[in-house]
Amino acid sequence: MTTAGSAPRTPHGWPLWEVFVRSRRGLSHQHVGSLHAPDGEMALRNARDVYTRRGEGVSLWVVPSAAIVASSPDEQDPFFDPALDKVYRHPTFYEVPEGVEHL
Amino acid sequence: MQVDVDTPPPVEEQQLRFDRMIADEVRIEPRDWMPEGYRRTLIRQIAQHAHSEIIGMQPEGNWITRAPSLRRKAILMAKVQDEAGHGLYLYSAAETLGVDREELLDLLHQGKQKYSSIFNYPTLTWADMGAIGWLVDGAAIMNQVPLCRCSYGPYGRAMVRICKEESFHQRQGFEILHTLSHGTPAQKAMAQDAVDRFWWPSLMMFGPPDSASTHSAQSTAWGIKRFGNDELRQRFVDMTVPQADVLGLRIPDPDLRWDEATGHYAFGAIDWDELDRIIRGDGPCNAQRMERRRTAHEEGAWVRDSADAYARKHAAAATTTSDAA
Ligand SMILES: [Fe+2]
Ligand SMILES: [Fe+2]
Repeated sequence: MTTAGSAPRTPHGWPLWEVFVRSRRGLSHQHVGSLHAPDGEMALRNARDVYTRRGEGVSLWVVPSAAIVASSPDEQDPFFDPALDKVYRHPTFYEVPEGVEHL
Repeated sequence: MQVDVDTPPPVEEQQLRFDRMIADEVRIEPRDWMPEGYRRTLIRQIAQHAHSEIIGMQPEGNWITRAPSLRRKAILMAKVQDEAGHGLYLYSAAETLGVDREELLDLLHQGKQKYSSIFNYPTLTWADMGAIGWLVDGAAIMNQVPLCRCSYGPYGRAMVRICKEESFHQRQGFEILHTLSHGTPAQKAMAQDAVDRFWWPSLMMFGPPDSASTHSAQSTAWGIKRFGNDELRQRFVDMTVPQADVLGLRIPDPDLRWDEATGHYAFGAIDWDELDRIIRGDGPCNAQRMERRRTAHEEGAWVRDSADAYARKHAAAATTTSDAA
């Protein structure tokens, strides 16, 4: 195991960690939940016992919850606006003449 | 016009957006605005559910050392370990609502939050492991499958994981009873006795009749609850009675009969006073379960403290090393 890892403590007890599992090779890690642990090494061991009891994963990440920077749901619309008004980013925006294949 | 993203929209607007999301069956996620009542209801329900999973380890843990074979022992340990896992998924879901797991455990230990009353019945024989798996886990699955579509995202996702794991619980229970009921007459009698004791409490697991249920309407409006208590109870009876025939065991209800007109099994009256007594704390094992839970928590304190001390020591060492570098 190659983790050191420390994280800010919650008011009561151990810090919170977010757990990500790669279910098999070829897929990316996916968030599955969270857990409490005193350090990164214990967080990994606990994550193995809690989230992969039936071979659900081939690789695990644990990340201190406090380290995650998130967009705010309140500014949802303005924040994602730049993506919405650029329809030309989608292939469906373009008209393809009749008979053209493999385009 | 400039939109100031730092000032959240007024509450009425937030409420409208929340209502629209619920109406459109869009999941609510942790950082969304939500009405206080919705948050409180979810915290209460998820916490009670989490507490039930971990208290539920006790009646079965009682039989691990006395399982009749190594195979049964390994299976029972795996099941009890799953229940611990279910508790952890659910505490983790509750924490997304802004409470701390430690707080919830404190409330449980102080008797201020409840757990399912089914776990206040004793497990007197090995056959009870069968009756619990078949009936208690069976009833739990019936209650939990609709919760996978609960409007609150983290709760729904926890339920998906839990439901996947529950089906083995029910099958191993059925298998225990099937083996016993096809064994010696004494073994069959033991299986029947377990079903006799766990049948009615299992029906109570669906909660009071809808006519007497206080939170149901609001929970339904919020997309937390999908079906009424009576409807789920009926489905459970309809599903279970034919399975009892396969087991060769009798359902302890003289009024039980197939009703051609409704297409359902009609069943006898449930003793709701018994449920009330247990909820008030007068069940056969309430005191024992709480005592065991508090003791386990206290006796685990040195493990938590040691892990903590170890983490601090290593964090300090890591800082010193990086300072030196
Ligand atoms: Fe469970
Ligand atoms: Fe279970």
